[in-house]
Amino acid sequence: MDAVSPEGRVNLNMDGQPSTEADWAVGKSTVEIKNVSKAYGDEWDLDQVITNLDVTVAPGELTVIVGPSGCGKSTLVNLIAGFEQPDTGEVLLDGKIVTGPARDRMVVFQETALIPWQTTYQNVVFGPKLRGDLKGKALKAEAERLLVKVGLGEFVHKYPIQLSGGMQRRAELARALINNPNIMIMDEPFRGLDAMSRGLMQEFFLRLFEENRRTNLFVTSEIDEAIFLADSLVILSNKPASVRKVIKIDLPRPRDYKMLSSPEAYEYKREAMEILHEEAMKNFAADADSGDFAESFRKR
Amino acid sequence: MADVAQSSHAHAVPRKRTRFEKFRQNESLRRGVTAIVVFLLLWELGSRFDEIFGKAWTLPGIGLIPPPTDVAVAWLGVLPKPGYWWSWVASFRRVMTGFIAAMVLGIPFGLMLAVNKYFRDIFFPPFEILRPIPPLAWVPASLIFWPTNEMSIAFVTFLGAFFTIVINVLGGARTIDVRYLRAAQSMGASQWDLFSKIILPGTLPSIFTGAAVGMGITWEVVLAAEMISGGGTQGGGGLGFFIWNSYMGGSLEQIVVGMISIGIAGYLCSSAIRWLGHYFMPWRRLF
Repeated sequence: MDAVSPEGRVNLNMDGQPSTEADWAVGKSTVEIKNVSKAYGDEWDLDQVITNLDVTVAPGELTVIVGPSGCGKSTLVNLIAGFEQPDTGEVLLDGKIVTGPARDRMVVFQETALIPWQTTYQNVVFGPKLRGDLKGKALKAEAERLLVKVGLGEFVHKYPIQLSGGMQRRAELARALINNPNIMIMDEPFRGLDAMSRGLMQEFFLRLFEENRRTNLFVTSEIDEAIFLADSLVILSNKPASVRKVIKIDLPRPRDYKMLSSPEAYEYKREAMEILHEEAMKNFAADADSGDFAESFRKR
Repeated sequence: MADVAQSSHAHAVPRKRTRFEKFRQNESLRRGVTAIVVFLLLWELGSRFDEIFGKAWTLPGIGLIPPPTDVAVAWLGVLPKPGYWWSWVASFRRVMTGFIAAMVLGIPFGLMLAVNKYFRDIFFPPFEILRPIPPLAWVPASLIFWPTNEMSIAFVTFLGAFFTIVINVLGGARTIDVRYLRAAQSMGASQWDLFSKIILPGTLPSIFTGAAVGMGITWEVVLAAEMISGGGTQGGGGLGFFIWNSYMGGSLEQIVVGMISIGIAGYLCSSAIRWLGHYFMPWRRLF
């Protein structure tokens, strides 16, 4: 009885047991990254991307990782998602070592990674259908509920190419959510959107997060976005990435775009900017591959 | 009755368009037909220049080619002859044999090259050495190797499409965005799921590109092979042999008839592939 939520929906947790929580409440996992290093290439041409990185993503928090572009943020995402393995150190999910990708960690990728030959609906039901853990009417109802929630009720049978950038990101959120992950990993998810859609998507994403506070890891190179969203802001160094500073963002929730112009937000931004600028300049000196960040820094 | 007539009037049901109106309103079709008509007119004018303007000399080049009206007459002449239709059947059968064999062998081979590193390491180098050899260079060897002319023509046709299809499938499968695979893996996809739900549909556009290009090559190859091997000796000469025969018999009009027949045959084949591509890849219709 108690397994049925107010809307009459049965939620299954990781062990297939019914649970009472709604969408974002299921994921209260902790991710610990302990002394992780990762390099690419052969011994004589080693490209050290991450060195001795320590980060903890606290349960029910929105941890935002910022760093100069090309500093190894995406590699970090790949390590946590289990697409790649660290050379040394370990990635722990609730104390267990991560060995490969699994549905407990869902990634929302840069740009869009919706499967182009599947409609919005087919994309959303893809995971449950593969595993067969949600079927028939229950699956249809759940998929439709999530699609309505992200505002795509009218676009269920459209292909990704027919959706706008913002709609594609929302469809991807629905596709991740239906798998009930313990942690959501967002890898620069709003990159490539125009400023207006980006602002709207940030607010939409915040509403989703604040509703149930699922553990979230959000990677970005936009400092305003980072401060607007974060509970905890992790600033990475230039490549090879390590943690420069962790700032607790104590802005009240639910958040509002106006808070970004408050003195506290300004102070956070000044502090973060100082470190980031320093790191970006190092990158600029090392090689000219920092165009993105220099650009976003100039336009702040 | 009167009631019905009145109500339909009141709702102003749009009148059904006649066939002629539909044609008139279809701009692309109208332009296409106009272009062909103008082309035929210019051709007719060019090759009949001396007759029309009473000159003692013909236009260089085009003046030597029979005008479309003469070609049409020659065409009407061969239309009732079964030999002409058997040429169609023979060429079509050869193209289809070679093409289907190339698809059946080429798609799995290309996919294997794409997904399995060991397979690629072993089979890609010999494949790349054989690939640049033009299909027609295989004709003498295959005439010796295969017991019948028919089989050697089919083999050469097969080679024409095979390499193109394999290279397209390989390229298409290798360029699938790794994020699709990773997303599927996170959601619990097995190896077979990855192959059947991501790699195969992701390669479909390249398969159809390969098929369209390969189909063009098979027509080129089959015609040349028919001319070289003199396909007529064992019955069923094919369109290539039809052209060769007309050339030997000195019938210029029939040569052109044969050429246009091939054009039409090729168009039918590529239309079929386009239609299949449309049918199997609904998401591509939106571009």
